[in-house]
Amino acid sequence: MAESILSLSGVRADIDQYHILHGVDLEVPAGELTVLLGRNGAGKSTTLRTIMGLTTVTQGKVRFRGEDITGQPTPRIARKGIAFVPENMGIFSLLTVRENMVLAAVDGPMDPARLDWVFDLFPPLKKFWNRAAGNLSGGQKQMLAIARAIIEPRELLLVDEPTKGLAPAIINDLAGAFEQLKQQQVTVLLVEQNFNFSRRLGQSAAVMNDGGVVWSGQMTELADNDDLQHELLGLGLGEHQ
Amino acid sequence: MSAHDEMIGQATPPQGVLARFAAFRENKPHIFLLLLMMAVALLMMDPRTWVLLTISGLAMGAMVFLMASGMTLTFGLMNVLNLAHGAFISLGAFAGASVLVWLSAQASEPSLLINLAAILPALGFALVVAGLLGLVFERLVIKPVYGDHLKQILVTVGGSIIIMELIHVVWGPNEIPVPRPEALTGAFLLPDALPVIGGVALEKYRLIAVVLGLAIYGLMTWIIERTRVGILIRAGVESREMVEVQGYRIRLLFLGVFVAGSALAGLGGAMWAMYREIITAHMGDELMISVIVVIILGGLGSIKGCFYGAVLVGLINLYVGYLEPRLAAVATVGLMVGVLMWRPQGLIPVIKV
Ligand SMILES: Nc1ncnc2c1ncn2[C@@H]1O[C@H](COP(=O)(O)OP(=O)(O)OP(=O)(O)O)[C@@H](O)[C@H]1O
Ligand SMILES: [Mg+2]
Repeated sequence: MAESILSLSGVRADIDQYHILHGVDLEVPAGELTVLLGRNGAGKSTTLRTIMGLTTVTQGKVRFRGEDITGQPTPRIARKGIAFVPENMGIFSLLTVRENMVLAAVDGPMDPARLDWVFDLFPPLKKFWNRAAGNLSGGQKQMLAIARAIIEPRELLLVDEPTKGLAPAIINDLAGAFEQLKQQQVTVLLVEQNFNFSRRLGQSAAVMNDGGVVWSGQMTELADNDDLQHELLGLGLGEHQ
Repeated sequence: MSAHDEMIGQATPPQGVLARFAAFRENKPHIFLLLLMMAVALLMMDPRTWVLLTISGLAMGAMVFLMASGMTLTFGLMNVLNLAHGAFISLGAFAGASVLVWLSAQASEPSLLINLAAILPALGFALVVAGLLGLVFERLVIKPVYGDHLKQILVTVGGSIIIMELIHVVWGPNEIPVPRPEALTGAFLLPDALPVIGGVALEKYRLIAVVLGLAIYGLMTWIIERTRVGILIRAGVESREMVEVQGYRIRLLFLGVFVAGSALAGLGGAMWAMYREIITAHMGDELMISVIVVIILGGLGSIKGCFYGAVLVGLINLYVGYLEPRLAAVATVGLMVGVLMWRPQGLIPVIKV
């Protein structure tokens, strides 16, 4: 396994008076796509938010490239090279597609060649460049959300359930985009409920349950082991359409 | 990828005059209300009076816009209620007036050019003093109470009292007369030859206030619409969290907006001082009623809404003040209540995530 770029050790986090994460241990290997799986309410989204500093860590450490980033303010964490696509996509619906992208390119004007690459991945963005992002369809919004995360090279992408509520054709397009990122050896931590999508893309995997990571290893191990899937994810045979 | 290249839903243009009128009313409520108010007023008075009142109302609107624009942005961006905003208006008025008194030699010359050598420093000083106080105020008073409206109300009212007392200490407890620069006194006479409105005398100062207000509205619109900072402000009004996720320090952005808003309040105060030619430490508090009506009416966080709200408040003040002086204040609040019943989020709401 490659050296890990991000590691969480014993991370606990509360939201209001509720204990949500009870000691998460997670390693994200550099240059790979890691899938974070788990049932609804297992704490996957909270884990990503905690990495970004959006939820306060009460115990444990988050390390990014060896540096302790626990408790740092969100903008500083982002500037270290971590892009985050939240579950609700978090696009600015009143801004145009272009303005959304302009803000995402924090280091200055967008690189035209890279923008062309993004347009190739997601042609609708080019078409609706000057439209309000709020008017995009659900799939187009997800494309915009991912495009924002990759318009400049980042060390690590955190993506929360990009396939949620999308039609199979669009899911396929998104998978294509992730394949390209994989080829470029971009490190991705992907939360995903869609097991087929995860199996197709994931190199490493981790499974969460009740606020902790209960299993981690190679994706192939999990994909080939129906009993393990059943135990960890509640997936029955024949359930992966 | 043509499968999901579908067009974004486009509304078909409405058919028929009534439907088109309804669409105009819903899509451009600010223009609709403005035209409606001006038309109704025109029916109730003779055209010359109407022209006079309209210009005066626009002038008042322009000044109230300057005072209100900062407050609507600080509320829209950070949900901060700054009830000391009125004290910044007063401070600007006193700062500007001091410079005018100090440069009274230049201000009393008949030449506009020489007058400008007093007016520009006066406005500039008001802007800077209010802006600097805004910087200190944000760090000392606002910063510790982010996210807590009750505390914000308490500490900013307290801060407001302190600023007013400081004004008393520096400038004394009495009201102060403000010399209006010579070139800004008097009026333009519209040529008699003009049909209907010929012979109307338009006060120069009011015209200038309108022009300055429009220029600053134009500049702010340009900043908000075209610059990166403007995009960030609009993004921040929608979702602070996502602005931070993109790597921007929203607190710093807010500090900048707060300082700019305070500076504009000071500028508005200084202009109001020259308009009224007399100032008191409490003038800002009196203006706050209009300011609060304007930002609620316009839609919290919207610069455009703030501008149209201010113009509407200015006009209704002057129209009703002429028709039935005792009702002017009631009309202002009545306008707000009426608009909120029609559109609870204000004329141009900013959608929050
Ligand atoms: N703002 C909140 N207030 C209270 N509880 C919360 C909040 N956000 C999340 N939780 C709780 O924390 C737990 C973990 O939530 P989280 O969103 O991280 O789960 P998840 O694994 O992403 O689930 P899903 O697959 O449904 O998205 C859940 O039990 C949820 O109810
Ligand atoms: Mg989730």
